[in-house]
Amino acid sequence: MTLARRIIPCLDVDAGRVVKGIEFEGLRDMGDPAELGARYNREGADELVVLDISASVQGRATFLETIRRVAEQLNIPLTAGGGIRKMEDGRAVLRAGADKVTVNTAAVERPELISELSQQFGAQAVVLSLDVKRKGDSWEAYTRGGRDATGLDAAEWAAEAVSRGAGEILVTSIDRDGTCSGFDCELTAKIAATVPVPVIASGGASTFEDFLSVYTDGCADAALAASIFHQETRSISALKKFLAERGVPIRLSR
Amino acid sequence: MYKRQIVLPGVGHFAAFVAGLRERNLTEPLRAAFQAGVPILGICLGLQAMFASSEEAPGDKGLGFFPEEVRALPTNVKSPHIGWNQVRRTQASVLLRGIPDDAYFYFAHSFAAPASAEPTVAACDHGFPFSAVIERGNLRGVQFHPEKSGETGAQVLRNFVESIQ
Repeated sequence: MTLARRIIPCLDVDAGRVVKGIEFEGLRDMGDPAELGARYNREGADELVVLDISASVQGRATFLETIRRVAEQLNIPLTAGGGIRKMEDGRAVLRAGADKVTVNTAAVERPELISELSQQFGAQAVVLSLDVKRKGDSWEAYTRGGRDATGLDAAEWAAEAVSRGAGEILVTSIDRDGTCSGFDCELTAKIAATVPVPVIASGGASTFEDFLSVYTDGCADAALAASIFHQETRSISALKKFLAERGVPIRLSR
Repeated sequence: MYKRQIVLPGVGHFAAFVAGLRERNLTEPLRAAFQAGVPILGICLGLQAMFASSEEAPGDKGLGFFPEEVRALPTNVKSPHIGWNQVRRTQASVLLRGIPDDAYFYFAHSFAAPASAEPTVAACDHGFPFSAVIERGNLRGVQFHPEKSGETGAQVLRNFVESIQ
């Protein structure tokens, strides 16, 4: 009996549409979130992440509606986040049909948010989203969609978040995001060695080999990608078959 | 027409769960339903609450349908246990009818009843062998989330409904 490594497509959503950014700047329309979610559910995705990248006040109601529409299409777990400022935001996202909520900026500003969400909904429902840039031999955490440096060491912040009740770490390399140059395996290995909870790698996925590397060298429990799946250049089922043939524990759909 | 049936869902904290039952005056009706033979399906924490107690909330009493204590996953494995893991029968199982051994289900939990617990009919392993499916009399329970476990999970829910017609 083996815990499978997860493949997680991510939908970055702005004003009810899936978009794709390049290094956190410049957006392209990639389609309808419910349609894409249904397709990934069918193709064997192990989970789906939906992120609100607009995070504006008027965007909030639209985003909750998007979560409802996507959740209706799924019989796999759904993680949602972006702009979660307080407990009630988390509750609204979970009520709309998400199983887990991600926090980043507001948790850096007020780490108690993690404790509050975890006590209310359980550690398994709280994911710390960690956006980082490499800084010499370590990594620095960023907030506000990769715009603001926090001065926090990524691994130290991850450890604090877990001690406060985060149940998973979603670590995104801003340096690699949208570049198709592969996951930063040193980064995920560092975080995985630091915290006792699952680590989801994100940023830079391009080839099947990138996934193989991040599960082996990168010690990741799950890997997240967006554009390579949206563009149908790579199917999830083909990726899973590739990984299974190379000995990675993978859930193959029956 | 289906008979009356109860689903005890839940993620969250053991203490909050049993307190929630108490505050809503549901503890005694659940015990009465159990005595009356009403089919009850516990999911995740809903399964754990059927046991006597949990290391998550020492001092709080569960429903006590089974005498064992729910234990914390050990520190030598990642906890919470989140993701898709395999389930294997230890006895014949109604809920797993038509589902092969070692099928994957979605788990999200930090505590579990040991596989040695008497009503266990299928087990999973994460740090220690734990109870993934329990069945005894009118009581059924799954530590995984069938509602999040794709087509295989849907089959478990179908099996529950069909087993009580």
